[in-house]
Amino acid sequence: MTIEINIFNKAGNFAENKDVAKEIRITEIMPALNKGEDVVINFDKVDSATQSFMHALLSDVIRTQGIDVLDKIRFKSCNEIIQKIIRIVIDYMQQED
Amino acid sequence: MKIHLPNSAFLGNIDPFLRSFDTSDAEKLIITANKDWISVHPMVLTMLASLGRKVKRENIHCEKFEAKSKHYFERMGLFRFLGIESGISIKEHEAAGRFIPLTKIQNSNELHSFITDMIPILHLEPKQVEPIRYIISELVRNVFEHSESKNGAIVCAQLYKKHNVIRIGVADTGVGIKTTINKSYRADTDMEAIKLALTPGVTGTTRLPGGTPENAGMGLFFIKSMAKINKDFFVIYSGNAMYKLLRIPKDKNHIRLNSNPFEDRHSKDEDYPYWEGTIVGIDISLDRNKRIDELLEMIRKVYQKETSERKKKIFKKPRFI
Repeated sequence: MTIEINIFNKAGNFAENKDVAKEIRITEIMPALNKGEDVVINFDKVDSATQSFMHALLSDVIRTQGIDVLDKIRFKSCNEIIQKIIRIVIDYMQQED
Repeated sequence: MKIHLPNSAFLGNIDPFLRSFDTSDAEKLIITANKDWISVHPMVLTMLASLGRKVKRENIHCEKFEAKSKHYFERMGLFRFLGIESGISIKEHEAAGRFIPLTKIQNSNELHSFITDMIPILHLEPKQVEPIRYIISELVRNVFEHSESKNGAIVCAQLYKKHNVIRIGVADTGVGIKTTINKSYRADTDMEAIKLALTPGVTGTTRLPGGTPENAGMGLFFIKSMAKINKDFFVIYSGNAMYKLLRIPKDKNHIRLNSNPFEDRHSKDEDYPYWEGTIVGIDISLDRNKRIDELLEMIRKVYQKETSERKKKIFKKPRFI
């Protein structure tokens, strides 16, 4: 089973509110992954985001579930800015010892 | 405390202004100003407004402004912030296209509204707005998360159409960078703390690589990088220390991002009057404004290069659909 999370509906076209990111992570992403479900994070209509937002959304998911959790997550409708911010966060989360 | 508004104080020449700030008698604030003309960076306004929030209204003494440019300070909301009657009358015309007056932001919702409302005021193209909202969001969230400031963040910005540049100031009167950084790292001086705060991957919340679930320690590095790539000034002042990223010559094409801020072209000193909290000033030239995705790519590369030598392993990639 796959759940889809719409970021625009929760964070608007500029995703910068880390509290919202944390809420999505804790109440939607983590429970779905813990149930063995796949997660699609949909960035449709999101023009931009801060690195802090993306960090709050993803870093703890990767830290607690391991990097292979990316096999269970897909990022949908990301423009270039969003893709680059996601890549930055995922890259540095893999630099942990 | 005594503060004198000079003829000119922008990021390039802000040093003498900061040095002239007299911090004695913290219960009082005496403001004087140049009699002919005063032209200052929003960072200066945020500094004054922040001081005004710390001192009781009856202990603020502000000399009557005589300079021809005095109306600017009324428009920017300085006297309102200080709680004093300026005697300056202005025709309040719409702020569109020129400035964002002094604003106190105390929580996440206020920040979100501020960023949303700010965009139409500036009348800029989306590409030009992008770094501005990014910078304000990251700086103000730093205040919420690290400063312990009772007065939140004080923000203002001014668009200088002639130079096609937007100048932004964000100030707080919290604990300062040294106190915050020392929760996780050792910084004996304010300058060491600033250096660590500008280094990617360093946060006051943890020593863990990758940061905490909510903090990565990348925000200030991103902002300094934006200024560097755009060949603009960036100033950070906390405690006794002030670090200034100097402008790169306009004709220099190859720009390298450094994780160590001291490897950038900069000036710094740590014998400034003590600022209890942190102030950041930044200029963003709109005509040289690189696309934010180009900037992100540069940041990603510098971060990768920095760390790939430390860890030789194949990274997993995100899947975009």
